[in-house]
Amino acid sequence: MCKREFINILRERLCGLPEKDVEERIGFYAEMIDDRMEEGLSEEQAVAAMGSAQDIASVILSEIPLTRLVKEKIKPKRRLRTWEIVLLALGCPIWLSLLLAAFAVGLSLYASVWAVAIACWSVFVSFVGGAFGGTVAGAVWLFANAPFGLLVIAAGLVSAGLSVYAFYGCRALTGGIGRLTRELLLGVKRCFLRKGERNA
Amino acid sequence: MDIQLKRGLLDVCVLAAIKNGESYGYKIIKDVKPYIEMSESTLYTILKRLELAEMLTVRSAEHDGRLRKYYRITRAGLSRIAGFKEEWREVMSIYQFVTKEETQDV
Repeated sequence: MCKREFINILRERLCGLPEKDVEERIGFYAEMIDDRMEEGLSEEQAVAAMGSAQDIASVILSEIPLTRLVKEKIKPKRRLRTWEIVLLALGCPIWLSLLLAAFAVGLSLYASVWAVAIACWSVFVSFVGGAFGGTVAGAVWLFANAPFGLLVIAAGLVSAGLSVYAFYGCRALTGGIGRLTRELLLGVKRCFLRKGERNA
Repeated sequence: MDIQLKRGLLDVCVLAAIKNGESYGYKIIKDVKPYIEMSESTLYTILKRLELAEMLTVRSAEHDGRLRKYYRITRAGLSRIAGFKEEWREVMSIYQFVTKEETQDV
């Protein structure tokens, strides 16, 4: 791949993102390629040393903050006409409430995923509580009613064992949700790329 | 290596690469390479972060008929390096303590 192709892929994949950011990054990679060529590498080799343009585009997308993308998107490309401003203001009860509703639905769906994680961690905490409570209460009961005391201690130990499994399960789940969050954020950011260029 | 630790080390490595005079992107990567692996994307992010933190300044200058960006360390950047050295003096003494324990065990 030649330098021009590499840069074109980057530019295509990042089409729709803040232009200043994109051009600055492209300039950075172009400089890196030029410097390698100056050192004696061929153009192909210098471009290959950068890695895949697709991966680079994904990294760039993940690094540009979402707030910046939103700001860039809602900034009008030209001055709004008076009737457009009037229409926007009059339509505000409709579009604003719809926007807020969509945002609230998204947020509640995301919160429900975390609620599952919190529920699982609560199970873990209850197992730990059961383990301590069971062994202590069982030890006390041993003096009054030995078979019952032994049973309670056994239940406490089972609870302790389960808590270990629960801990690893919860940890994996929390990590999974963290990864999901990152993917989700990248997905939302991809929506800001212009149509046809969303495969960055 | 721990991600947070590596991030901090990368920042200081980039600053160290320009502490004796200004340098440019590819040269920084080459200078740092024997010590720590750093991709172009990572370097860009670090340079941007250090620039925002006013630990370095950037200027564009013509080189061989094209523009190249040169990075120069600031006073804040130098004191970041000094702070790093101070921090790691402590870490090194802890390291020596830890490895001494290990050799006694064996």
